[in-house]
Amino acid sequence: MRVVEKRQLLSAQEIDRTLQRLAHEIVEKSGGAKDLAFIGVRRRGVPLAQRLAKIISNFSRVDVPVGTLDITLYRDDLSTVGPQPVVHSTDIDFTVDDRDLVVVDDVLYTGRTIRAAMNGLFDLGRPRRIRLCVLIDRGHRELPVEATFVGKNLQTSETEIVEVHLQEIDNEERVVLVDRVP
Amino acid sequence: MLQRLQHLLEIESLTTEQISFILDQSKPFQEFQRHPLKKLATLRGKTVAIAFFEASTRTRISFTTAASRLGADTMNLQAEASSLKKGESLLDTVRTLEAMRPDGIVIRHSSSGAAAFVAERLEIPVLNAGDGTHEHPTQALLDALTLRDHKQKLNDWNVTILGDILHSRVARSNIHLLTKFGARITLCGPAMWIPRELEELGPCIRRTTNIEDSLRGADVIIVLRTQTERIHEPALPVDEYVLGYQLTKERLQLAAPDALVMHPGPMIRGLEIDPAVADGPQCAVLEQVTNGLAVRMALLYHLIGGAPVDAPHPAKERSNASD
Amino acid sequence: MLLIKNGRVIDPASNTDTVQDVLIEDSHISRIGTGLSAGSAEILDAAGLIVAPGFIDLHCHLREPGQELSETIETGTRSAARGGFAAVCCMPNTVPVNDNASVTRAIVERAAAKGSVRVWPIGAASAGSKGEALAEIAAMKAAGIVAVSDDGKPVATARLMRQVMEYCNSLGLLVIDHCEDPSLFAGGVMREGKQSVKLGLKGIPSQSESICVGRDVEVAALTGARLHIAHMSARASLEYVRAAKKQGLRVTCEVTPHHFTLIDEDVRYDSHYKMNPPLASREDREALIEGLADGSVDAIATDHAPHHPASKDVEFDRAPFGITGFETALALGLSELVQPGRLSLNRLVELFTIGPARVLGIERKIEAGQPADITVFSIDHPWTFRSKDSPSKSRNSPFNGRAFRGAPAATIVAGRIVYKQ
Repeated sequence: MRVVEKRQLLSAQEIDRTLQRLAHEIVEKSGGAKDLAFIGVRRRGVPLAQRLAKIISNFSRVDVPVGTLDITLYRDDLSTVGPQPVVHSTDIDFTVDDRDLVVVDDVLYTGRTIRAAMNGLFDLGRPRRIRLCVLIDRGHRELPVEATFVGKNLQTSETEIVEVHLQEIDNEERVVLVDRVP
Repeated sequence: MLQRLQHLLEIESLTTEQISFILDQSKPFQEFQRHPLKKLATLRGKTVAIAFFEASTRTRISFTTAASRLGADTMNLQAEASSLKKGESLLDTVRTLEAMRPDGIVIRHSSSGAAAFVAERLEIPVLNAGDGTHEHPTQALLDALTLRDHKQKLNDWNVTILGDILHSRVARSNIHLLTKFGARITLCGPAMWIPRELEELGPCIRRTTNIEDSLRGADVIIVLRTQTERIHEPALPVDEYVLGYQLTKERLQLAAPDALVMHPGPMIRGLEIDPAVADGPQCAVLEQVTNGLAVRMALLYHLIGGAPVDAPHPAKERSNASD
Repeated sequence: MLLIKNGRVIDPASNTDTVQDVLIEDSHISRIGTGLSAGSAEILDAAGLIVAPGFIDLHCHLREPGQELSETIETGTRSAARGGFAAVCCMPNTVPVNDNASVTRAIVERAAAKGSVRVWPIGAASAGSKGEALAEIAAMKAAGIVAVSDDGKPVATARLMRQVMEYCNSLGLLVIDHCEDPSLFAGGVMREGKQSVKLGLKGIPSQSESICVGRDVEVAALTGARLHIAHMSARASLEYVRAAKKQGLRVTCEVTPHHFTLIDEDVRYDSHYKMNPPLASREDREALIEGLADGSVDAIATDHAPHHPASKDVEFDRAPFGITGFETALALGLSELVQPGRLSLNRLVELFTIGPARVLGIERKIEAGQPADITVFSIDHPWTFRSKDSPSKSRNSPFNGRAFRGAPAATIVAGRIVYKQ
């Protein structure tokens, strides 16, 4: 089973433009940046959340706090085969109670990751509101989850994988569509 | 990729990579203890048999709580066992438990080798919560986590272990673990409890019967519980022990100024430890307890969650979740 | 009639080591020579094999009466025959203890009816082996005991040992002691040392044995009695025995195959490594082998101690002490002593034949007129010991699965072949 690159979906500049647009949209639809907080879903949701917060702080002078959430312990799709995935830390140094949270992730697919993220957040307190911001929505939802803020919508097939490469983690900056071939 | 552990029976055979992995994996579970809602679903539907054949409250509660916070159910067996007691054998007892299909078993027993004995005969993962005077691996792991949190690294610290080393499984597990990371160990206690053969358990181990000598320059002091009553051996009077081996405030001053004091519990204030030291800023006993929960949750998560070690690995999972 | 042809006859008593034929008529040896023939005799072809006097085991446990779940005289002696033993001495720690003539007679009669080899019982030294009053030693002697012992335990006190020795001396009986100091032994399960500390198992220092050996030798000096040290395991014990022999005292000793093979470092959490005396240190094993070679040790004895499987399949602390030993004794002697050149083959044969015979005060030789007890064995036949194939009821051996070269080929007792490979 190998993986071949099919096409590039977003270049580095396109990613940046998308994030700029998303940042403005979030502030607009939140009545300002005051009570906002971002929760970056490990791994790649984290740098995305940090970038959004930086963009917002640049144009509005408001510092939106960013927390990181590891959803490993909240997943419902841990298989009965293979070893347990490694757990990482959740690092949210502000209270979640009564916050206007925006969960940030790179790709929205089945929705299970976001459901796990919500379970995790409810263990920490009672947010006022949770909305979702993703760079790519690739469809194929298995749960009733929707993203309020979407960078790009995509039609994909089930064998395809959307790979988001970010400088902070992958040392390059682009989004590609790859396919599994036998 | 870390070699997958099926059981946790002892520290002696673990590598430093495996130990570091367990300590690293304990960190998220340390953080978890601060959540307002301490209940995960990650081991939901799993059952952990807690089979304690030796009296223990703290360790048993720690394991039971760890399992429960992971969402697992527990089967609790508490049976006092002594070599004189007739009745159902250990083998039959654990087989009976196994027939109720738990997903793993935590066992404490008064015979050295009991955890290995059980692991050889059952199909499910076995965690050793203390076997005779052989090992108490989770205690050493939580001690190491506490030490690492205070000192940032596990390396060639001067570690003094005080008390009845010969009969202490906590001492043995700690000796095995810390020497793997280069620690220099000093064993101190009454002569009959620190036999020469202990020096052969690892590199860089020395013994002394003089407490002042053992404390000078110590970065870490592990104070052991003391059983002054013994079967088959004459007892040491309590006052003798206090005179020679109590960790007093004055004696503690001989150690490094930021020396860490640990104790596996339960402490007997006024016997092996001066209450002023027990309540003092250098004593990490309560932290050890919290860390015990974190370590045990990490171990249960990895050993009991997921598949049996020999199960075939899946074809690529249908998911876009990275890492 | 039985004619053993072309075997290499090793008879230590006459210093013989040549290829010869041995003719047996009724239950006695009738002729030895070359090129023998005898019309209607059954022929046993011993070409390439050793023909020795029938092996004697000075120390074993047959568990009958009272513990037949682990072994009976019938199953134990079948195992002994398979090990090449023509005669075994069984210890009195049965249930009830063999401390009176009726138990002795019961054993003797059972052996006559169901035993494959000769059974020579050892009677208790004290009543019930409790270490208080003397047992009915003279009555037991009349019923057939060949020695006394409280095996399983030491004779309790020096004072009791003195009385036992004086009494037995007057009866011409051997006293065998299982040497142990209960206060040093208490609660122990293996030899004290690096391995016991590492495994967290309670250790027994070797002085537990040697202190008692020293005591017994002193009492032997006081009384002039015949003393035999059972299953000796420590160098310090051997030193006492050597000194006693030098002084002219009638002190003898035996060593088990497991004590010249394994050491305490071999012990793991497996009750097949738990026996009493425990496996000793490397230095002890070396000293024992030297003693076997230089004659300070008189005999190899198995201390065959069967325990039914369920009783041994428990935690190390709880398991009873003891392992089986009949069927691996010769093979271990060959692989650990003869093949590495520590002993000559002839010396090994002595340790199984005239060595134990002299301890008991009897003769053991291949000579016309002698009882036809013969052990025929190979020194190179490859085989693997599997405890499940043993006729013994018990499986407690650390040598299960071990490959050997050399084994008994036939065991003959009173002219009858009781075992043939």
